[in-house]
Amino acid sequence: MSTLVADTRNVFQREMSLVLRDPFSIIFSLVQPLVFLGLFGPLLAGSVDPAVINGASPLQWFLPGVIVMICLFGTSTTGSNLLFEISLGSYERVLAAPLHRSAILIGKALKELAPLIVQAALVTLVSIPFGFKLYPIHVLAGLLLLGVFGVGMGAFSNALAIASRKREWMFWAVQQSLLFPLLILSGMMLPLEAGPRWIQVLGAFNPLTYIVNAERALFSGTFNDPSIGWAVLAAVITCAAGLWVGVKQVARSTT
Amino acid sequence: MIHTEKLTRHFVSKKETIEAVKGVDIDVAPGELVAFLGPNGAGKSTTLRMLTTLLPPTSGNAWVAGASITTESAVVRARIGYIGQGDGAGHSFRVMDELVMQGRFYGMNSSDALSRAKEMTKSLDLTSLEKRKVSTLSGGQRRRLDIALGLMNRPSLIFLDEPSTGMDPHNRANLWEHINRLRDQQETTIVLTTHYLEEADAYAERVLVIDHGEIIANDTATNLKATLAGDRIAITVDDTSAAAASAVIAGRGTELTTSNGSREVIIAGRFDQGTRTLPWLLRELDHAGVHVRAADVRVPTLDDVFLSLTGRSLREEEVAA
Repeated sequence: MSTLVADTRNVFQREMSLVLRDPFSIIFSLVQPLVFLGLFGPLLAGSVDPAVINGASPLQWFLPGVIVMICLFGTSTTGSNLLFEISLGSYERVLAAPLHRSAILIGKALKELAPLIVQAALVTLVSIPFGFKLYPIHVLAGLLLLGVFGVGMGAFSNALAIASRKREWMFWAVQQSLLFPLLILSGMMLPLEAGPRWIQVLGAFNPLTYIVNAERALFSGTFNDPSIGWAVLAAVITCAAGLWVGVKQVARSTT
Repeated sequence: MIHTEKLTRHFVSKKETIEAVKGVDIDVAPGELVAFLGPNGAGKSTTLRMLTTLLPPTSGNAWVAGASITTESAVVRARIGYIGQGDGAGHSFRVMDELVMQGRFYGMNSSDALSRAKEMTKSLDLTSLEKRKVSTLSGGQRRRLDIALGLMNRPSLIFLDEPSTGMDPHNRANLWEHINRLRDQQETTIVLTTHYLEEADAYAERVLVIDHGEIIANDTATNLKATLAGDRIAITVDDTSAAAASAVIAGRGTELTTSNGSREVIIAGRFDQGTRTLPWLLRELDHAGVHVRAADVRVPTLDDVFLSLTGRSLREEEVAA
């Protein structure tokens, strides 16, 4: 286990050096969610019935959705970096090193999650003057939950990259085809309760729905919401399944 | 240092099984420089990838640096160095960052990794490039960085997959200088694949000729050339006396070929002790009334060895590929 932790840390540090050495990427990654929140928030405030969001501030409802969206976009596209490394040959060099295979996947996924912490902190702090009420412990718990889910999503993304390494276009085709249904059917941007019944039924089969609901509960300052238990289960299953599929793909990646 | 037993690898492509490597048995002693030589698709890289644990064998086993590739793959990886065909360093990373992280991947602490990385940049003439992004380096500089990455863990056994492919002659010579220095100064065992005949001939102590997934020859380049190829003699005669010349030459040589030029014919073939045979042959042709326009004797190359073993020219296959 200690090897796994040490290897994960090393892979994570290598990946993070890219982010830290390139300040522009940090600036843009921070500005992006703010722009999104600034433009989409007012639209939502005027178009959603307060009863649907239990009379809470639209930001209390919308902010967790934005943070889950950042996590989903970041981790689901991490495979594109791996595709680039595979095409160059540097991935093979990493594979030839005595690294735990899971560490390669976890380290890469954590690199996408690390900026998420900073982004989440920033959009949360910026939202406070506009009526968002901060529950720090609950928000931390929410980020931890997202971290577990994000590792699984990142592992799935890397597995997809390895599977599509001989036809790179396939990665984007599959990623985009899955991303938007997952996003829309989770109620991340618009409440599913406002939609038709069939949308709600489909949403119930989307693990992301439980993550989004739990994040909203946590960001609203409660641990006593049944959605949190379901979300923990969904995150753990996503993480375990992602790593299992990912490690299998890593083993096949040099054939 | 390396011992393999019936090392085999199959691939399944479109429901068809391809036998890439067929039960290879090889041994490599500590300190040897061994080259796998063969055309594209012969099984060189597949064998190397199995030995470096990048690819699991379908059957058979190998013990590399004292550990089994099937049951102790992590141990094997920790003990060897590997330099692949592609760029080992990520293009978006900085040179020094990649070297230090490579050291960390092999369990070094930060200060040891940094110190070793400094050692490697000095040794491979990369000191002035430490802060540069890999994408800004020239092809030769990237190759030197690949070698530095492969040596970070001070391996006693290093694998190089087509190390000089795509390099210009200057950088290729430079690369070989580093490889030879490595071997001479640190007695590192080196196993490499190449399709450059001249490289295998000039640098490898032992050449493993591989074709269709099988080792078809395993000896020093000198012995292979001496025992399998013989010398090549080419005689150019008037086209009017080609038949008479062929009759004289046919009894002495093997693998005879005839090619027509402008009012002349070149008859070539393999002959034992070419330099001694040529004067005799010229006398015999003169007695037969053949007017010889030109004569040439050439020491065999590894391509001649490959031709002798397979009936195909490695050089021509590479050109066709």
